[in-house]
Amino acid sequence: MPSAHPMVPLPCSVRRIQRETHDTFSVELSPGHEFPFVAGQFNMLYWFGVGEVAISISGDPTKPGRLTHTIRSVGSVTQGLQKLKPGDVLGVRGPFGKGWPVETAAGGDLMFVAGGVGLAPLRPAIYYVLANRKRYGRVVLLYGARTPADILYKQELERWRARFDLQVHVTVDHGTGGWQGRVGVVTSLISKPDFDPGSTTVMICGPEVMMRFTEAELEKRELPPQNIYISVERNMKCALGLCGHCQFGPTFICKDGPVFPYESLRRFLAIREV
Amino acid sequence: MNGEPATTGRQFVIEREHFDQLFELLARKGYRVVGPRIRDGAIVYDQVNSAADLPAGWTEEQEGGKYRLKRREDEALFGYAVGPHSWKKFLHPPNVRLWQAMRKEGSLEVQEEKQEVPKTAFIGARSCELHAIAVQDRVFMNGPYLDTSYRLRRDSVFIVAVNCGCAGGTCFCVSMNTGPKATSGFDLVLTEALEEGRHYFVAESGTETGAAVLAELSQRPAEDREIRSAEEVVARTAGQMGRTMDVSDIKGLLYANYEHPRWDNVAARCLTCGNCTSVCPTCFCTTVEDVTDLSGQKAERWQKWDSCFTMDFSYIHGGSVRSTPKARYRQWMTHKLATWIDQFGTSGCVGCGRCITWCPVAIDITEEVRAIRESDFRRTKRDRHGDTGTDSG
Repeated sequence: MPSAHPMVPLPCSVRRIQRETHDTFSVELSPGHEFPFVAGQFNMLYWFGVGEVAISISGDPTKPGRLTHTIRSVGSVTQGLQKLKPGDVLGVRGPFGKGWPVETAAGGDLMFVAGGVGLAPLRPAIYYVLANRKRYGRVVLLYGARTPADILYKQELERWRARFDLQVHVTVDHGTGGWQGRVGVVTSLISKPDFDPGSTTVMICGPEVMMRFTEAELEKRELPPQNIYISVERNMKCALGLCGHCQFGPTFICKDGPVFPYESLRRFLAIREV
Repeated sequence: MNGEPATTGRQFVIEREHFDQLFELLARKGYRVVGPRIRDGAIVYDQVNSAADLPAGWTEEQEGGKYRLKRREDEALFGYAVGPHSWKKFLHPPNVRLWQAMRKEGSLEVQEEKQEVPKTAFIGARSCELHAIAVQDRVFMNGPYLDTSYRLRRDSVFIVAVNCGCAGGTCFCVSMNTGPKATSGFDLVLTEALEEGRHYFVAESGTETGAAVLAELSQRPAEDREIRSAEEVVARTAGQMGRTMDVSDIKGLLYANYEHPRWDNVAARCLTCGNCTSVCPTCFCTTVEDVTDLSGQKAERWQKWDSCFTMDFSYIHGGSVRSTPKARYRQWMTHKLATWIDQFGTSGCVGCGRCITWCPVAIDITEEVRAIRESDFRRTKRDRHGDTGTDSG
């Protein structure tokens, strides 16, 4: 249930903190009641006296009693959030925005392409698809991280990899330590799986440059661009379409996105500093 | 006093010596009355108690980066164009507290701000400003989420519009089709007429509330001659526009010219000070500021006007999306004139000219549009292709 007034945060206590990598952690909140959301939506998380930040929901939409966010500590608020411990109380506003087209993608093949912490906003869609696995054809996850130490959800990826109904391919930009897996950018994985371009829906989340190159690679493989969806990030203050911060060309990321058909943003993604 | 209530379409005359009644009546009806008055060398909007507070006999000279008060040869009360303020400061105030939060035994208690909104009467709103209010109405009241505090303020306003009796040097409402005659969005509209020693207002109501107010003032039905005089005032003003802007296919023009070299040219002059966004009557962007008291037990969130010209505006981890002045000016102008149309079904520019007048380096939005139009990328591309005879690239 969203808070009474969309500008007013709803207090939620922290149930669990899961360290994911050296700079990324997941926070599981107890909203006190069901918190239904659609895969790809985000919340505004407020930490008392520190500030507020837009974070995608990274948990399972089929389990609305738990509310999970995966956070990389890169700014003043997210660095503050790193100090959270169970029992602490966060303010939550949301859920906001349009999610992944998991419903319209049903019946066809699915490809998830994630870069870095971009796996977090895709994870709810993966959960949803796995929970409704029969409704989808082949399902592929391509994931690229900077180094082996930056790989998110390692155990989960192992579990997913062990499934017969999900193909998982992981690559890193820089192989370090005992890494025996693939080295290279995530676009290099696109040749790995077998997919039927005409019936495949692709959901991409990662840095913009990665999403552009992924799209270009998919187009080379004759995947219709209208089957491609991306999630975009911009500065956000209100999340309601009122503060103006998240504009990207004519769109407001908060209310028109954060998930968009690639085609609707293509021309603006090609221009610097829109 | 005329016993019959005034209705829309019927025009009345209020003599200058009876004009004070309007202020008394609105105050009696519980309105806080705000209107133009002179402060710090400019005509600004603030509380006014009677017609004596209005800038009688004053006008202004406006040009790019220039604003000077100047005496008029008559005692017109509304003989100026627009100053640095707009009604935005009352409907969408620069600072609004959204909520307060208390830390209580490890938990958090958040209290939504109860907005106390006084009934307010605007005296002297111009046609371009009424259009600006209509633009902000779409922004704050037509989306998936309603700005409830804007709505409250908007609903408690009584608007007395004034048809412009003179245009400023940076005005271009005729180009934007937003003036100088007020056609909607007011409770009452006045045209100020000064002729042959007479000083009067031709008044018309736009709402029932306006009609009720008009009925309580000393007025009489306007004579044809007076109605004609009022029409001439507006027609004269329409002919005095200091600026023009060709808005034909302006959305297509700017969408196609994100990479136009003119953006570098204007960026070399722009100080990214944000004056244009502060004075613009439609610019609506805000940020939030979280403040905590010294005990660390109480926090507040404030909504404040923000400007797309700051680096912080587009900051996401790692840096600002629009780090160059070029990108920031382009965002502002392209938003105002092009993307706004896709977002809200209307232009974000009403042709008031404030951004030109109050720009410290006299950047002129009408000039910038002209420069881009003169070397429209689409046309130059076509020309190039025509020259070389290749069309395939």
